[in-house]
Amino acid sequence: MFELLGIPPQALFGQLLLGLINGSFYAILSLGLAIIFGLLNIINFTHGAQYMMGAFAAWMLLNYLGIPYWGALIVAPIVVGAVGIVLERLLISRLYHLDHLYGLLLTFGLALIATGVFRNFYGISGLPYGMPSQLSGGQNLGFMFMPNYRGWVIVASLVVCFATWFIIERTRLGAYLRAATENPTMVGAFGINVPRLITLTYGFGVGLAAFAGVLAAPIYNVNPNMGADLIIVVFAVVVIGGMGSILGSIVTGFGLGLIEGLTRVFYPEGSAVVIFVIMAIVLLVKPAGLFGRTV
Amino acid sequence: MIEALAPEGSAGVTGKPLLKVADLHGWYGESHVLHGVDLEVAAGEVVTLLGRNGAGKTTTLKAVMGILPKRRGSIVFDGRETISLPSRAIARAGIALCPEERAIFSSLSVEENLMLPPQVLPGGLSREQIFELFPNLAERLSSQGTKLSGGEQQMLAIARILRTGAKLLLLDEPTEGLAPVIVQHIGRTISRLKQEGFTIVLVEQNFRFAASVADRHYVVEQGRVVDMIHNDELDENIDKLHAYLGV
Ligand SMILES: Nc1ncnc2c1ncn2[C@@H]1O[C@H](COP(=O)(O)OP(=O)(O)OP(=O)(O)O)[C@@H](O)[C@H]1O
Ligand SMILES: [Mg+2]
Repeated sequence: MFELLGIPPQALFGQLLLGLINGSFYAILSLGLAIIFGLLNIINFTHGAQYMMGAFAAWMLLNYLGIPYWGALIVAPIVVGAVGIVLERLLISRLYHLDHLYGLLLTFGLALIATGVFRNFYGISGLPYGMPSQLSGGQNLGFMFMPNYRGWVIVASLVVCFATWFIIERTRLGAYLRAATENPTMVGAFGINVPRLITLTYGFGVGLAAFAGVLAAPIYNVNPNMGADLIIVVFAVVVIGGMGSILGSIVTGFGLGLIEGLTRVFYPEGSAVVIFVIMAIVLLVKPAGLFGRTV
Repeated sequence: MIEALAPEGSAGVTGKPLLKVADLHGWYGESHVLHGVDLEVAAGEVVTLLGRNGAGKTTTLKAVMGILPKRRGSIVFDGRETISLPSRAIARAGIALCPEERAIFSSLSVEENLMLPPQVLPGGLSREQIFELFPNLAERLSSQGTKLSGGEQQMLAIARILRTGAKLLLLDEPTEGLAPVIVQHIGRTISRLKQEGFTIVLVEQNFRFAASVADRHYVVEQGRVVDMIHNDELDENIDKLHAYLGV
């Protein structure tokens, strides 16, 4: 059996796979953050909580209504996205004329409240969520064993990221969104309802987070803290990629997941901090981020 | 709401004006910039706003378009009071703005910039008619909007509001900083648009250009309209106008 730099291939590919899985979540979540920041100019600190709520929505749909995974994949993002839309209309929209900082404080507070509520009712030990039976088992790829569900997560997130990119970069609705991100006043002066566009964009970004939450539910336990842990890393990903770039978020998300995986193989002690080290370097060298436009 | 707008060959407001601005006040934050603007534009007319830098010409257009947040007074368009409508409703009533800074979107291609404003009323120009007016644009459709030359960006900024069916076009210094040959092209275009029945309010510094396309001129000074001159009486009034404009 051959070895690579003294590392058995199973371990290497296993970590790369794990890196891709993590990268899938980084990509979907940072994509949502980037879209919301672009148009609303707020840093949506509630994003991690909304990811957590997606996972809980899947759990509740299954346990209270008997709706299985596949249904939850569609219903949970819609439900959590709708909650996001209510939040935007009721609270966030009142802050657009103020500094970023107010939106950040509001969404941070909302995240604490959401996490606290779920902790209160469901505890912190986590709830199990079963894998859909169609995706149990795995494939032997020769060089490694690939669990079906993990493969599915990677494919699903690639498809969702690409579809989002396509909507934003290649459709008329996306052109409205890009234009309104640049100059909302002018887009309004063309007769387009910019406030509604903003609300729907927020709902869509939140829906993406919830979708990631449903994908995560069978892998990790459904836990009120699952978002808080992840979102810190995702913010670093967003800083590295550059706030406002769609493709940048996707590429950076998957890329950093892989780098994290490789670090776990070659220098395990560094795996928890490697993304933050990269963030510090990027901030020094290119403060707008790898794909960011300097403002 | 949608009246047939017969193109009017003759100058001057006869009958009901398409746009009637009365005692219009406008502010940027606390700073009071418009101090009671009055003007009228008949359907099919081309009217200019002349005046020194900072007189309030751009601000007047912004107020009519509804993008000046703080405005008071009366702006009646097509028989309907618009002073408290949001800009998107004003756009849908049939007014379109080509702003001074052109506002071409850098994240949109030329094609996307052109197709961005939705159709608000029937009767806008077709793509073919637009490319006939601005042949350059047809060749640059896939370029990034802001990669165009200044003249092409100006043409794009005008072109995109011709598709929408808007009846009243507000053009803010469309010739600013452009080469003479492009200025001529834009002058011919404005005359063509007048023939097509568009009503136009044009802000201009280049007063020779203004004289070549307009029916009447309003002189704006310190946030007010202080004079109105018919284009065919321009020669008699040229000294007065020079004094207003400080040339
Ligand atoms: N965004 C703004 N904030 C504050 N004051 C402004 C703003 N824009 C314009 N002003 C002020 O309002 C007044 C009128 O400006 P406006 O742009 O309407 O003038 P203008 O007649 O279009 O001038 P120009 O010929 O230079 O374009 C000026 O005193 C200007 O300094
Ligand atoms: Mg001006």
